[in-house]
Amino acid sequence: MSREKILAAVAKNKPTLTPLPEIQDFGNPYSDLVAQFTSVLTTIGGTAVEVRNWEEIQQYVQTHFAGRRMVTNLAPLADMAQQSWLTSDPHSLDDVGLAILEGQFAVAENSAVWVTEAEMGQRVTPFIAETLALVIKKSAILPKMHHAYAQIGAVEYGFGAFIAGPSKTADIEQSLVLGAHGPKSMVAFLID
Amino acid sequence: MNHSEAADKFNKDFDRTTWHDETLWWVRQKRDRAAFAIPEWEDLRNMASQIKHNVLSNLDTYLIEFEKNAKANGITVHWAADAHEHNQIVLSILKEQGIQQIVKSKSMLTEECHLNPFLVENGVEVIDTDLGERIVQLADEPPSHIVMPCIHWKKEEIGVLFHKHLGTPEGCADPSTLTLAAREHLREKFLTRRVALTGVNFAVAETGEFVVCTNEGNADMGTHLADVHIACMGIEKIVPKRKHLGVFLRLLARSATGQPITTYSSHFAKPREGQQMHIILVDNGRSRQLGREEFRNSLKCIRCGACMNTCPVYRRSGGHSYHNAVAGPIGSILAPNLDMTKNADLPFASTLCGSCSNVCPVKINIHEQLYSWRQVLTKSGHSPTAKTIGMKAMAAVLSSPSVYRFSGKIGRLTLSNTPFLVNNSLNPWYKQREMPEPPKESFGEWYKKNRK
Repeated sequence: MSREKILAAVAKNKPTLTPLPEIQDFGNPYSDLVAQFTSVLTTIGGTAVEVRNWEEIQQYVQTHFAGRRMVTNLAPLADMAQQSWLTSDPHSLDDVGLAILEGQFAVAENSAVWVTEAEMGQRVTPFIAETLALVIKKSAILPKMHHAYAQIGAVEYGFGAFIAGPSKTADIEQSLVLGAHGPKSMVAFLID
Repeated sequence: MNHSEAADKFNKDFDRTTWHDETLWWVRQKRDRAAFAIPEWEDLRNMASQIKHNVLSNLDTYLIEFEKNAKANGITVHWAADAHEHNQIVLSILKEQGIQQIVKSKSMLTEECHLNPFLVENGVEVIDTDLGERIVQLADEPPSHIVMPCIHWKKEEIGVLFHKHLGTPEGCADPSTLTLAAREHLREKFLTRRVALTGVNFAVAETGEFVVCTNEGNADMGTHLADVHIACMGIEKIVPKRKHLGVFLRLLARSATGQPITTYSSHFAKPREGQQMHIILVDNGRSRQLGREEFRNSLKCIRCGACMNTCPVYRRSGGHSYHNAVAGPIGSILAPNLDMTKNADLPFASTLCGSCSNVCPVKINIHEQLYSWRQVLTKSGHSPTAKTIGMKAMAAVLSSPSVYRFSGKIGRLTLSNTPFLVNNSLNPWYKQREMPEPPKESFGEWYKKNRK
């Protein structure tokens, strides 16, 4: 059995046990978390939109994304989009033009948004849509990744992802192109 | 072909070598800007290095903990002692499913195991879905860089390649158009393939989950549409606790490309409903390297590629000159562990300037290990022949004062009177070098004359 062979070799060859370091969170250096999040998201190709309420999100969506197939699992936007997608074959989401989902919280230092399977509806949703919109409470922007993992804690999920901006590649001569496989654009609605 | 021969070939095209050099240096500068913007950067490096040291010192326990938690999450865990066993496990999963086509996102481990050629030989079609990897795959080449697989390709050449394989217009070299063509080509593969294979950036012992980082979203497009997800990881990819990911995710993308984080950091804990999830834990020499005290720190590597981008030798010799899945400084300390004879040249492909160690996010003493490998390889008779002869001649000259003085005199006379005897194509020291004016006398001779 390779399992026993590997474990025995590792046990024999490992160095003397050294302790784990304390993980500090290095505090919050940002005076304005919304501004920091917005600034980073803009540099990595995303768009941050501050809104006061759900009506403003609806208006923004109607202005910018009219005519696209929309999916969402957010109750306040239910009348704008289809519902049946939640139980359909994930392959059928190929033509989704806009997916609007909720982000649990965001991280100011790198503009990453934490989204788990529960918010995704289907795992593939935030990756397959042409545009991904994530709704995040302004009060749910944390300074750094250490704060993010403190927030996640020991909670169980099947799948979760930090998502920072639209899908991108620079594999051809280091030229940045948005929309490698996933969303070509990404909007973060920062709501009061 | 050894490293210096391959580098020589790469250097034949002077402008291209300069272009390659400058492109990678630009990435190194982006890394600097990202790192310098974090006041606690050095603390993070120390923390990451200490976490990894703890992992190595307790790896068997963490592997067992990871296995237990992953199984409880519904993931099937496999163990592979070597590349062959790893490849066999992948093939057996495919056979069980009756599947002959897969999509694959980036995994340096599968490059190390030569999985693609193995699967192709066994009748399986493999589609690499990272854009850079797809480009080198269409060109029938291995990646030349672990983060930027086709960094050695020019856009005009990619245009020609895509015209042939993807039907883009002849002469088109626009990165946006070419990327869009690849997107459409690969979207069809994502929608039709039932098995997706990925690598693993980090696996958490505490929770049994694993994290895959991409910018393109190709790992997610593959796995969330597939019935079966196979994840392949080296046993050293373990981190003890979920909170440790915070340290590594802050370091990884900043070190790799200067981004604050990759677009996607996907945490796979349980299979999707109705999906199968497999993870293969691969040793392939890692437990052996763990037992080599002076080289075990190489197992801390998180595959960011920063040491390659900064290396003056890598930048001017290209990734393929290292003839190993992982190129550059880190590859040169990992490769001799895999095959001492085949890779004996690699620790010598360095100036030992130490820039690699300075940028390494987990503080691996890369240049010191390169130096140590030279000693180990020379003692065990693996050092390159020309170097051994040269060193023996030098030792003979330096060990005898009279021979040393005589040689110095001959050298000075030769350089002054018959420079063509040494300045010719047979002497590698004259490549890209101008020799200084030889002094008329040695210091010893001067001292004898002037001593009062």
